[in-house]
Amino acid sequence: MPSFPGDVWRRRTPAKSLAVWACWLAAVLLIVQCWTILNENTIWEFVYDAPAQAGDLLGRMFPPRWSVLPSLWQPIWDTINMATLGTLLGILIGVPVAFLAARNTTPSVAVARPLALMAIVSSRSINALIWALLLVTVLGPGVLAGIIAIGLRSIGFVGKLLYEAIEEVDAKQVEAIEATGASGAQRLIFAIVPQIMPAFAGIAVYRWDINIRESAVLGLVGAGGIGLQLNASVSRLAWPEVTVIFAAILVTVFASEWVSAQVRKRII
Amino acid sequence: MLSIAGLTKRYSGKHAAQSEPALSGVDLIVPKGQLMALIGPSGAGKSTLIRCVNRLVEPTMGRIVLDGQEVTGTGRTVLRHARRRMGMIFQEYALIERLTVMENVLSGRLGYVGFFASWSRRFPRADIAEAFRLLDRVGLKGMEDKRADELSGGQRQRVGICRALIQNPALLLVDEPTASLDPKTSRQIMRLLVELCAERDLAAIVNIHDVALAQMFVPRIVGLRAGRVVFDGPPDALTPETLTSIYGEEDWSATIRPVEDDADE
Repeated sequence: MPSFPGDVWRRRTPAKSLAVWACWLAAVLLIVQCWTILNENTIWEFVYDAPAQAGDLLGRMFPPRWSVLPSLWQPIWDTINMATLGTLLGILIGVPVAFLAARNTTPSVAVARPLALMAIVSSRSINALIWALLLVTVLGPGVLAGIIAIGLRSIGFVGKLLYEAIEEVDAKQVEAIEATGASGAQRLIFAIVPQIMPAFAGIAVYRWDINIRESAVLGLVGAGGIGLQLNASVSRLAWPEVTVIFAAILVTVFASEWVSAQVRKRII
Repeated sequence: MLSIAGLTKRYSGKHAAQSEPALSGVDLIVPKGQLMALIGPSGAGKSTLIRCVNRLVEPTMGRIVLDGQEVTGTGRTVLRHARRRMGMIFQEYALIERLTVMENVLSGRLGYVGFFASWSRRFPRADIAEAFRLLDRVGLKGMEDKRADELSGGQRQRVGICRALIQNPALLLVDEPTASLDPKTSRQIMRLLVELCAERDLAAIVNIHDVALAQMFVPRIVGLRAGRVVFDGPPDALTPETLTSIYGEEDWSATIRPVEDDADE
């Protein structure tokens, strides 16, 4: 076998190898440091009897008090409506925002696009729970605050994913429609909308699915739905009722997952 | 009649000032009903040239006039009206893949119908009748409700041809119509284009890489090299020397078709 002693290949130069090792060392030191701080702030007596406490709680949660179930249908229905109407609100505002934000459809790169991107970022950076907290203060407790909270959070989600889909459309198809003498609006509906429809349907159903789960929590801050019931039961220490509510939420989320999976399967 | 005068295109970019323009001072006249092939190496500016004609690419300098109507230097509305008179056919068909054949053909009428009519797909009856006639003419009878992505390459290009023809154009701009097709389908598509142009007295500029195919079907060939016209003449005037002047040094003996072959085409 011929050998070429000069032709040694290494993935990294010695300097780079050293840098990689230094990074690993820094990471380990950071973990040690974090652990030390964590240790100082933990009351270990509480942690030691956690298994006993958890067992105790579980004992109090069983048997579930199934008799509360009939009174849960209304809050569950509210929760689903909150998610659905919130999603619609998010789509209603998010779709135009996406067209303003996409580089290939925005009317102005200097003004409209940055504004739309800012709307998307601010909507995304605030959790629906925080929106609900603010809105309950402004609008008072109830489903309306929940719908708007879900809607505001959904704008950013729909807007961001949809504007990325718009920017990825096949430019040749758009060019072909432009070449027929079509106007800008016609180009949008004939060349761009058909191309983004599958992405849009997927985004809408996925967001609805997320919103079902989020709206179940919003009641904790007073925004109506099943979360309100959960909060009330926990405050009264009515643990057998809490079990039933957990079961109800679980079933609802399962059902919504199933529906959205079916819809996505049909479209794509 | 299309007249192009002093057409120059310089793409903007980092090194735009130093680099050669994509087109420099192109003058061409395409009379009514004439089929003209545009040949030349990749990057010679063929695609830029036909895109400048309908201003999908904005010319840097020069003047384009179609049937007495100015195309260059006009506002959006006038440009849209000028574009209606120019049908465009693309290399990779550029059909709207998720729409039906009929919707794709009718999209050629977008320049003539309003926004809501196109939104709800309520095209005038005459347009729909014409669409059916064209589909029948190109051999796609009964395919109107198929989605474009269900069709084969040759069928898609036929839909593309219908979309261009339903515009009722005076000129066809054809960008590499056969580059994505097999040799047999390529010949069928070229033959169809030639027939349709003759039927409707249409002028056409056809960008084409396949010199033999161009010679077989097209009465006038224009050679482009580095953005300049270096050849303009009938197919049998193409000699190894002229091909070398267009493409550069190569053995051309197998490319150039003996002239007597075209008698039966």
